[in-house]
Amino acid sequence: MHDLTELYQSVILDHNRRPRNYSVLPTANRVGSGNNPMCGDQITVYVKLEGDRIADVSFQGSGCAISQASTSLMTVNLKGKTIAEAETIYAGLHKMVTTGQVAEDDMSDLAALAGVHQFPARIKCATLGWHAALNAAKGDATPVTTEKPSD
Amino acid sequence: MNAAWKNLRADFPILDQQVNGKPLVYLDNAATTQKPQCVIDALTHYYRRDNANVHRGIHTLSMRATDAYEKARERAAKFINATEPGEIVFTAGTTDSINLVANAWGDENLKKGDVILLTEMEHHSNMVPWQLLARRTGAKLRYLPIVAGDTGQLDLAQLPKVLTPDVKIFAFIHVSNTLGVINPAAELCAAAKKVGALTVVDAAQSTGHLPLDVRAMGCDFLAVSGHKMCGPTGVGLLYGRKALLDAMPPYRGGGSMISNVEYFESKWAPVPAKFEAGTPNIADVIALARAMDYLDDLGREAIAAHDEKLAATAYARLKAEVPGLRILGPAHHRSGVVSFDLKGVHAHDVVTMADQEGVALRGGHHCNQPLMKKLGLSSTSRASFYLYNTEADIDRLVSTLQKISKFFAG
Repeated sequence: MHDLTELYQSVILDHNRRPRNYSVLPTANRVGSGNNPMCGDQITVYVKLEGDRIADVSFQGSGCAISQASTSLMTVNLKGKTIAEAETIYAGLHKMVTTGQVAEDDMSDLAALAGVHQFPARIKCATLGWHAALNAAKGDATPVTTEKPSD
Repeated sequence: MNAAWKNLRADFPILDQQVNGKPLVYLDNAATTQKPQCVIDALTHYYRRDNANVHRGIHTLSMRATDAYEKARERAAKFINATEPGEIVFTAGTTDSINLVANAWGDENLKKGDVILLTEMEHHSNMVPWQLLARRTGAKLRYLPIVAGDTGQLDLAQLPKVLTPDVKIFAFIHVSNTLGVINPAAELCAAAKKVGALTVVDAAQSTGHLPLDVRAMGCDFLAVSGHKMCGPTGVGLLYGRKALLDAMPPYRGGGSMISNVEYFESKWAPVPAKFEAGTPNIADVIALARAMDYLDDLGREAIAAHDEKLAATAYARLKAEVPGLRILGPAHHRSGVVSFDLKGVHAHDVVTMADQEGVALRGGHHCNQPLMKKLGLSSTSRASFYLYNTEADIDRLVSTLQKISKFFAG
């Protein structure tokens, strides 16, 4: 399964098995949700926003390995970032999962998601949690669904 | 099995290809089936030689197209043993057929307090149109439950409790697209008749898969999709008892469905034309009739036996040879649908990995969200067999799932 180890890199399998920040955040002042009606993925993201800074972020939900790992990696990468910084990181991730190109600045552990671009049907799995989090941080409480051409 | 079964895979050119470097094993038949060359030929022949609009034409091509279109109606009537071709309305498929009944029959006949009875295993296509009807009329929805556990059979002991005289229509799926259960359609129709309720049978997964006789079943309406029985996409039919169709108002207005039009009022054409507004899906209807010929050459008893044998073999082998697999549906007396949950691996991941091995599966809620919730699952993976699948396909399925299980456990 050569191609599959590109998609399911050890970082992803690890985050799927032991998702980080997997809890309800009691101090959250923003909550976002995302769902993928095609496969039943459901993700709720909790954000504690201080000014325009994401002081803390967590998530809960169920879904495939890609969506779980991507959301778990997201919580690790967005903690402490401003909304603008978070959007820049997401732009890099989006470019990476759609084109396979890793952005100039180091994507660090997020680069594990680069293999997704070879599986177009799975791109939405990788971006679902990010949409939910960024929408919540920006104050849009509308649940995110993959059925909208939003990515 | 007769001679038509010999070398049958050669009838399906699509099967002969490599997917991701491996020979294709197509196990997504509950979503759509492949088309034999004779059906593809029927389509191209129509467009190359006979294409013209039907019914109003005087010229030769139009007469030819009309003749083939109406012969297809006769073929379809015979295929499900309707009393006459006038009981067959061509539609876009099962969803379209059910919406036709829910609108044309439902709006006219249901009122506040009436009950629409469904089952817990309905496909969204046999649930949402009734939810919309209930909202329009004030009628209530009620569900016949399935038994506890994973066999997924209807809890028939509950039937007398839910099928009461306030039930005006009982709509149920004949063969479940998720569980592989074959429901006792004749028994359910007879029970409905006793309380004066009409029946609508969603036969998307059964027509073309097992012998089907609407008069023996005793249903009032039956909805069929062509593409799940070797026919083209975008075509299907609604069977309705003639007296019911005659009494129903039209569903959609337009050309072909009228006998006389004035600026402020029109008179409807007799059935089935009343329900076929606009230029129909001529080519696909003709090709669907060819698919019916193909299936009857093989014999529907034989197709059902073939599917059941493969499903039973797959069920037993998956259970014995793939660790951590939870299989839904009964072990025996089932259709070719086998849904399963591989512990700790999401269906999406199973399907992506199987695809890399050339094995086409489906993962998700299979348009059965409430049922999935009831079973405590968000999604399952599904292998569904049809007439061109073989024991060798099961070998590939088993070894692929073993590989996936190992990969995620490792």
